[in-house]
Amino acid sequence: MTDQASDDTANPEESTSRRDFLQIATYTVGAVGAGLAVWPIVDSINPPADVLALSSTEVDLSPVEVGQSITVIWRGRPVFVRHRSEKEIEESRAVPLDAMPDPQKDEDRTQKAEWLIMVGICTHLGCIPNGQRPTDPKGDFGGWFCPCHGSHYDLSGRIRKGPAPTNLEIPAYEFSDDTTVKIG
Amino acid sequence: MKLSKSIILPFLDWVDYRLPVFSYARHNLIDYPTPKNLNYWWNFGSLAGIVLMIMIITGFFLAINYTPHTDYAFSSVEHLMRDVNYGWLLRFMHANGGSMFFILVYIHMFRGLYFGSFKAPRELLWIIGVVIYLAMMGTAFMGYVLPWGQMSYWGATVITSLFSAVPLIGDTIVTWLWGGFVIDNNTLTRFFVGHYLMPMVIFMLVIVHMWALHQHKSNNPLGVDMRTPADSIPFHPYYTIKDMVGMGVFFIVYFGFVFFAPDFFGEPDNYIEANPLVTPPHIVPEWYFLPFYAILRSIDNKLIGVIAMFAGVCILFALPWMDRCRVRSAKFRPIYRQFFWLFFADCILLGYIGAQTAVEPFVTIGRIATAYYFAHFLIICPLICKFERPLVPPESISAGVLKAQKGAE
Amino acid sequence: MSISMKLSRTLGTAFTGLLLAAAISTTAQASGDSVKLEKQDWSFNGIFGTYDRGALKRGYQIYSEVCVSCHSLNYVAYRNLMDIGFEEDNVKEIAAEFEVEDGPNDEGEMYLRPARPSDRFVAPYANEKASRAANNGAFPPDLSLMVKARKGGPDYLYGLLTRYQEEAPDGMELADGMSYNEVFPGHQIAMAQPLDDDAVEYEDGTPATLVQHAKDVTTFLAWAASPEMEQRKRLGIKVMLFLFVWTGMLIALKKKIWAKLH
Repeated sequence: MTDQASDDTANPEESTSRRDFLQIATYTVGAVGAGLAVWPIVDSINPPADVLALSSTEVDLSPVEVGQSITVIWRGRPVFVRHRSEKEIEESRAVPLDAMPDPQKDEDRTQKAEWLIMVGICTHLGCIPNGQRPTDPKGDFGGWFCPCHGSHYDLSGRIRKGPAPTNLEIPAYEFSDDTTVKIG
Repeated sequence: MKLSKSIILPFLDWVDYRLPVFSYARHNLIDYPTPKNLNYWWNFGSLAGIVLMIMIITGFFLAINYTPHTDYAFSSVEHLMRDVNYGWLLRFMHANGGSMFFILVYIHMFRGLYFGSFKAPRELLWIIGVVIYLAMMGTAFMGYVLPWGQMSYWGATVITSLFSAVPLIGDTIVTWLWGGFVIDNNTLTRFFVGHYLMPMVIFMLVIVHMWALHQHKSNNPLGVDMRTPADSIPFHPYYTIKDMVGMGVFFIVYFGFVFFAPDFFGEPDNYIEANPLVTPPHIVPEWYFLPFYAILRSIDNKLIGVIAMFAGVCILFALPWMDRCRVRSAKFRPIYRQFFWLFFADCILLGYIGAQTAVEPFVTIGRIATAYYFAHFLIICPLICKFERPLVPPESISAGVLKAQKGAE
Repeated sequence: MSISMKLSRTLGTAFTGLLLAAAISTTAQASGDSVKLEKQDWSFNGIFGTYDRGALKRGYQIYSEVCVSCHSLNYVAYRNLMDIGFEEDNVKEIAAEFEVEDGPNDEGEMYLRPARPSDRFVAPYANEKASRAANNGAFPPDLSLMVKARKGGPDYLYGLLTRYQEEAPDGMELADGMSYNEVFPGHQIAMAQPLDDDAVEYEDGTPATLVQHAKDVTTFLAWAASPEMEQRKRLGIKVMLFLFVWTGMLIALKKKIWAKLH
């Protein structure tokens, strides 16, 4: 103990750094531990395993006539499935890309041109756009119209007018056969 | 360096001038004068505070995943254990944290008994502590009901039925507590709300406890007051680091249970969903209630048994006036010291009896232990006061510390 | 100093005594009226224990060929089988063998569909009443938590499965349809001996003895009750290592800081 005291006076700067090393190391290790301990708590409010397991939904498309739309539930969210007519497809493909806030070709938004499948949640603030039922307002572009803040989507689900920043999201899906699609 | 001098420090001063949080923290957590001779038994108060925080945090995240409904409570806990990320960790930390909380508080209380920390001028500090203990018991009881297992259900039935011992209005009180004619969904929802609310009450009581503590500062192993600056050291860094050492050791024990024996303090029956038509053959309360449970069972009259059980806790309120010996620490009280250990053994014995089936010889042993428990407070403590010749404590802490050091050499 | 050290040692011993007393009282209750359980050398014992994967698969086979006719496994989902080494396609096939009620469909009717991996294990009976009706008034309990819900845990279950007796001892009258079991509380059990040599044919060539069957299905049910155990112990070892190192550092720092005082 006395040795250390004389060390301190002999070379204050060096011994200070030596004395502080243990302190800094201990506090650092403690802080790292506390930081790591936060992770389980944060992770616990992520979606649990049973929610993640509900990853796919199979949809039978055979009863959906041309020009009809259905809404199916995938992971608790509405998915719009529209059976588009030739005319709708042509119109959607004819729109010049520079007329859109989020330019995207219709070809890139569908796997089969007649089936438009997308998550029916407005990319502005999460409302569900109108347009699924024949009596719904469909907006200026004949597709969907979000009643919350007035976003207009066209028949390819692309944002054309209003505050939404991006087009309606296309979920991962694949056709198991001609009339069955698996979403997710 | 430059940034802290030019922006941060003036900002802190600005705040502190208007809301003196920093000077307050400095006064109470850093410069706060603490007896220089506190031993490791003085760690348990701060440890209990740490566990309280862990319980509140894990409890919040458990509540997120819990459904307080008789049809879903049990399965929502299983969902938490199986599907929620780290749900098992949160639950085991909370369940074992409850037991740890009681272990820490019991040691904290026995430390107070041994070193006379309940004596003048710390009577209110002690009394607030007993109120915290009572609040903890209520909270723990309500929390144990929430998983809706067999022990939850039947423990709740037995404990709430204690109130039926009240003359004339007992059954009305019980029906009112239950919100029905048996423990059912109404009971579960109110217990859930109560369990979530009580920690906030405990938290506030802890603040009052600290307030009272900081008025006359900590007692110490010698039981003499701090008189000169030489008797005390600043709380930081001496006791912050000492408390952290205690925390590290405590965490090793605590997480040892959480990770490697998470059901050690639990009952297997609580992994069976509550069934209002079948009582399990062995029904025991959680271990921390066992001494009082033994008191309850050692008296054959329902009303008197219940009164005795509650009196077993409440008699702690009267302790400062039962033991009026001016010498605080048992170090200087040769007779009290021996009776302290007898009392300690009696509490352990009561706990053991509480876990046994009510047959001989346990019933008789339980009765004797119960009688001794009350005799300690009502007869032994006052009598010791009268007849004991305490040793003369050192006149100051520093004198005592010096003497002890010389003795060791 | 020496007094307080003595005191701390005494209090420490007393505290250990308290824990011991608690432990003794639990074991005392466990042994109550039933016979002593033989401790088995489980693969999942100890702080490094893991579930033997072979035993889990064989145990699942026993559950799915024997136990499932009466016992549900309500808290386990088919997808959980992937955690113990089943392939996803295999799990889908297993799930699809069962039917669950879903709906209502567009016509407003409930319908049956093949189970999916995300579904929980399909129970053999719709509810407790149905199972009592089919089992002579007895209710075969759910097995998801069985290993945690009995004193003695896996050793109890193993004992229960292996210690049936053909005849009750003299002086004991078995009720109609009951069997004698050395381990079951009260010794009268409504479940007839479920397993015996060659109850199930193993694919991996493990000898199909009663003892093997009992070990395997107990391991499977131990997993069903504590699926988090392996993750818990793995994380626990890391946490303990961290705490030992950090506490050591704190003790060193404490000594250094307090050294200035004396």
